Amino acid sequence: MPEPLLSLSGVHTHVGPYHILQGVDLAVPGGGVTALLGRNGAGKTSTLRTVMGLWRASAGAIRFAGLEITKAATPDLARGGIAYVPETMSVFSDLTVRENLVLAARAGPPDAARLDWILTLFPALRTFWSVAAGVLSGGQKQMLSVARAIVEPRQLILVDEPTKGLAPAVVANMLAAFAELKRTETTILLVEQNFHFARSLADTVAVMDNGRVVHAGRMAALAADDGLQRRLLGLSLDSHQ
Amino acid sequence: MSASLDTTLKPVVPPPDWLPLALAPVLALAALPLVGSPATWATLTLAGLAMGMMIFIMASGLTLIFGLMDVLNFAHAAFITLGAYSATLLLGPRSDWLGADSLVLNAGALLVMVALASAVAAAAGFAFERVIVRPVYGRHLHQILVTVGGLIVAQQLITAAWGPVQVALPLPASFRGIVLVGEVAVERYRLVAVAIGLVVFAAMLLVLNRTRIGLLIRAGVENPEMVEALGYRIRRLFVGVFVAGSALAGLGGVMWGFYREALTPGMGLELTVLVFIVVIIGGLGSVGGCFVGALLVALTANYAGFLAPKLALGSNIVLMVAILLWRSRGLYPVAKR
Repeated sequence: MPEPLLSLSGVHTHVGPYHILQGVDLAVPGGGVTALLGRNGAGKTSTLRTVMGLWRASAGAIRFAGLEITKAATPDLARGGIAYVPETMSVFSDLTVRENLVLAARAGPPDAARLDWILTLFPALRTFWSVAAGVLSGGQKQMLSVARAIVEPRQLILVDEPTKGLAPAVVANMLAAFAELKRTETTILLVEQNFHFARSLADTVAVMDNGRVVHAGRMAALAADDGLQRRLLGLSLDSHQ
Repeated sequence: MSASLDTTLKPVVPPPDWLPLALAPVLALAALPLVGSPATWATLTLAGLAMGMMIFIMASGLTLIFGLMDVLNFAHAAFITLGAYSATLLLGPRSDWLGADSLVLNAGALLVMVALASAVAAAAGFAFERVIVRPVYGRHLHQILVTVGGLIVAQQLITAAWGPVQVALPLPASFRGIVLVGEVAVERYRLVAVAIGLVVFAAMLLVLNRTRIGLLIRAGVENPEMVEALGYRIRRLFVGVFVAGSALAGLGGVMWGFYREALTPGMGLELTVLVFIVVIIGGLGSVGGCFVGALLVALTANYAGFLAPKLALGSNIVLMVAILLWRSRGLYPVAKR
């Protein structure tokens, strides 16, 4: 069995006095979408932040592309091929859409063909190219946040609740964009509360509770098992509809 | 439902915020009938503009350090003083240039002294960031304690090196005296100060808006964590901004020293009150706000100093309170995550 692109083994994270992650074991295979599900406060966002080096793991090991990255600094992880789309979008509101993307392209001016592809995925960004990101709608900011993460090819994208607070039309746009991104063999670790969204994209799934992964497997198996959904997520797919 | 709904939703783009820019002209025009004599008013206004430019140069570094690094650097005053004093090191070697009856030699002397002041302050800023500031990032109380401590130590070192008494910093001969424009007496050096201030402001705008470093600084002021997540080492940016901010303090210090033609170990501390008022009025981290704030503070100080000398410093406190009541985060607040 090939080594997963990203793996966490017994990862613990403390934030101030709080013991957030309490031994996370997670494997993210390369070239697909892995959904990280769980109730609020289960530790999903903390897992992404720990992988990205924004919070330091106090114990355990994180490996990416065959390398130990547990103690790596955030800029080194980004340069090594990991992109991060935070839950809060975190676009630079004082900068225009163009400037946000220019800044995200570290290697120089963004590649024209790739940029064109991104702007096809998110046409709003083309329309508001020279507009300050701070005045965009929530959906447009989310598009910019994702576009910023993929403006250069990355091996792994960590995406934290990309549909949070978005209108259904924007969610549909986002789903189409991620499906297109998935076709490029980019590996995505997706934290999501919208089970339908996660089910539509993910090949594998991990469910967290109380700072640990309590279930890992194929998404199709979880989607087909109402009882498992109820036990792990508190809701079944049917009651979600 | 169409997925293109949101893509056609036009953002509500606020119009450019020109109102703060009108404050300085409005203040100047409001002062005209109070001052009475147009010639005196013009002299006061130009003096205010020159003073404003010098304060802007000193405050612009502080606002960037504050905005980007979230560091309350009270030791900024030490870099102002150190810059001014280090220029006196060239008084001996370049005294012939200073006193020469040649604009070129005089300008050369001024340039060399200004460059030395900036370089010394920059080097001191580099060392200060590494040794004093770096261990206390994110801890405001510690920052206040160590930077105030650093300021006291630096002041004492300057006193030990140059003595506690006033040190003269004579202006180059060509920049002394006045030129008469009609009935208005204009000090030559004030014109030089306005010109240097405008050049520094234009250069800062150019760097911030037209270069990748500028984009990084603007982005870092707003969300340093996300800048790191994009692969940039924010610590290096911090060091660069701290050094540039210290160099600007040194530049402002030597310009102020030439303006007064005398230096004291406490000069930086005396100016710091005005500098902090400017940074707060302008909006933490905002270079444009800092520019407008510096002009407002200096014009207010000059008009108040003429109309009611005892109220000169208090007038700036009143100005700050009035502006914060109008815009609680300053004239041009910078978005923070």
